[in-house]
Amino acid sequence: MTTLLVADHDNRVLSDATARALTALCALDDAVHVLVAGHQARPVAEQVAKLHGTGRVILVDDAAFAHGLAEPLAALILSLAADYRVIAAPATSGGKDVLPRVAALLDVMQISDVVRVVSPDTFERPIYAGNAIAVVQSTDEKKLLTIRTSAFAAAGTIAVAVPIEEVVPPQGVWLARFEGETLSSSDRPDLASARIVVSGGRALGSAEKFQEIIGPLAERLHAAIGASRAAVDAGYAPNDLQVGQTGKVVAPDLYIALGISGAIQHLAGMKDSKIIVAINKDEDAPIFQVADYGIVGDLFEIVPELEKALG
Amino acid sequence: MKKILVPVKMVLDSNARPRVRTDETGIDVAGMRMSINPFCEIAVEEALRLKEAGAAEEVVVVSIGPAKAQDTLRQALAMGADRAMLIQTDETVEPLAVAKLLCAVAREEVPDLVILGKQAIDDDCNQTGQMLAALLGWPQATFASAVRFAENRLLVTREIDAGLQTLSLPLPAVVTTDLRLNEPRHCALPNIMKARKKSLTVCVPADYGIDIGRRLKIVAVRPPAGRKPGIRVATASELVSDLRAAGLV
Ligand SMILES: Cc1cc2nc3c(=O)[nH]c(=O)nc-3n(C[C@H](O)[C@H](O)[C@H](O)COP(=O)(O)OP(=O)(O)OC[C@H]3O[C@@H](n4cnc5c(N)ncnc54)[C@H](O)[C@@H]3O)c2cc1C
Repeated sequence: MTTLLVADHDNRVLSDATARALTALCALDDAVHVLVAGHQARPVAEQVAKLHGTGRVILVDDAAFAHGLAEPLAALILSLAADYRVIAAPATSGGKDVLPRVAALLDVMQISDVVRVVSPDTFERPIYAGNAIAVVQSTDEKKLLTIRTSAFAAAGTIAVAVPIEEVVPPQGVWLARFEGETLSSSDRPDLASARIVVSGGRALGSAEKFQEIIGPLAERLHAAIGASRAAVDAGYAPNDLQVGQTGKVVAPDLYIALGISGAIQHLAGMKDSKIIVAINKDEDAPIFQVADYGIVGDLFEIVPELEKALG
Repeated sequence: MKKILVPVKMVLDSNARPRVRTDETGIDVAGMRMSINPFCEIAVEEALRLKEAGAAEEVVVVSIGPAKAQDTLRQALAMGADRAMLIQTDETVEPLAVAKLLCAVAREEVPDLVILGKQAIDDDCNQTGQMLAALLGWPQATFASAVRFAENRLLVTREIDAGLQTLSLPLPAVVTTDLRLNEPRHCALPNIMKARKKSLTVCVPADYGIDIGRRLKIVAVRPPAGRKPGIRVATASELVSDLRAAGLV
């Protein structure tokens, strides 16, 4: 019995999240099959085929999978489920959407946001916004897991690709209909996998200031841009940049928090970063409790100095 | 729509700091402030707005939890929900069992829409809505930041990793709420008084014949690894030289 990993992709590019989930699953099983369900997504399957740890690629090509909708994808995963002991997905918005749907129909209690594989049936996951780590043992025969990708390094690539097998999807009537999407376009690195993240909070004060202050510093550091919920709610930054309990969880080598107070819900998304830098004018701001380097002061003065010092 | 069903959960207040029990069995919530899960509050608010806009006739709230969860239901009633149901248990009920109970409630109540929070801020599972949609065989739209009802369909904008996606769903359907969907109203005192007179029925999981036994055994609950104390630096150039020395920039 092997493991099935549901790949996260946009029909052209495999997300780094899949390669990270693969690393987690390789600790469980030496034969991980990766499912690429998409529309004209063969390029994605070819990328998967060269990841270290992929035993086989299952490619399913159908217009129903063009936008990753939960109903057809859940039906497809269910049709393959009998062959697998473990069914997993990275804890991306797509994985979180579809996997519980599969779990319910298999009568399995899913384990969300796995950060460590202890044994084939025991896993660690954060609860209470990361204020505690639960070690849970599944008594279900099958294990359904979403993997918190920030906790694992991405699997490397191999020279010789594994085979890609095409499978015909089950037919069905899908009720939800795709109407459209607004995808953020940014020339900055991807937030979830960047080596450096520069994040701004409510203190930035406006969308213009956010761009003016955070943008150049991020560019200079080749960093991804993040934001607190307050900054996103106020419209300074788009929703897909939110870091935290209910946004993205990141663990870069360097996380720079500018004008962010450090509420537990924000810390939940970044406190596993290797090095944290905080700049805040309030010396009692909780962000300083997790910061390796803190500067107390006005970010509007300090950030330009920082850029100058970086040269 | 005739009816909207809103499941709500009582959780440790989002401003409280969870205390991990020293015997590693869980979180000690004794004497701590309990509140409606923020995502559930947003779900109640959205249901009420649909009703107030004439898109729905009745809003029913349901909770699964201890007797004290009646407070959470009373809050939803004070916000404007029409009636409430508590499925009372002192056990920790996992999302799969919650979804099964809600499925049974939905079969009885026959709502056109079930709207609920995308996750509870205690177990952070993010599963119940999707599981419920699966068990009912209904379409789902998770992580909603906008909901519109028109021509008997729901148009739901979802927050996804790459931006925003819009789905159109026929009814009945399941929607889970994200934070930016709305800002819940405050309850005025007269409404809190009125809520005391609204119907709140209590039953137990066994009434639905559903086994709520746990599938996940809690081996231990521990505090997270701490971070080592950091340092204060006075200037940006000092910071840059430290980061350079660490090979970070
Ligand atoms: C259910 C729930 C889920 C949540 N999920 C998330 C989440 O995923 N992510 C998230 O971020 N939040 C989340 N929150 C919100 C969180 O609780 C905080 O409200 C939020 O993180 C605050 O954002 P902030 O730090 O930008 O703003 P504030 O808390 O207002 O902090 C602004 C900071 O900027 C400092 N400042 C002001 N001016 C300057 C200046 N000129 N120079 C330097 N410093 C300055 C201030 O001292 C202050 O510390 C959630 C809340 C709830 C209830």
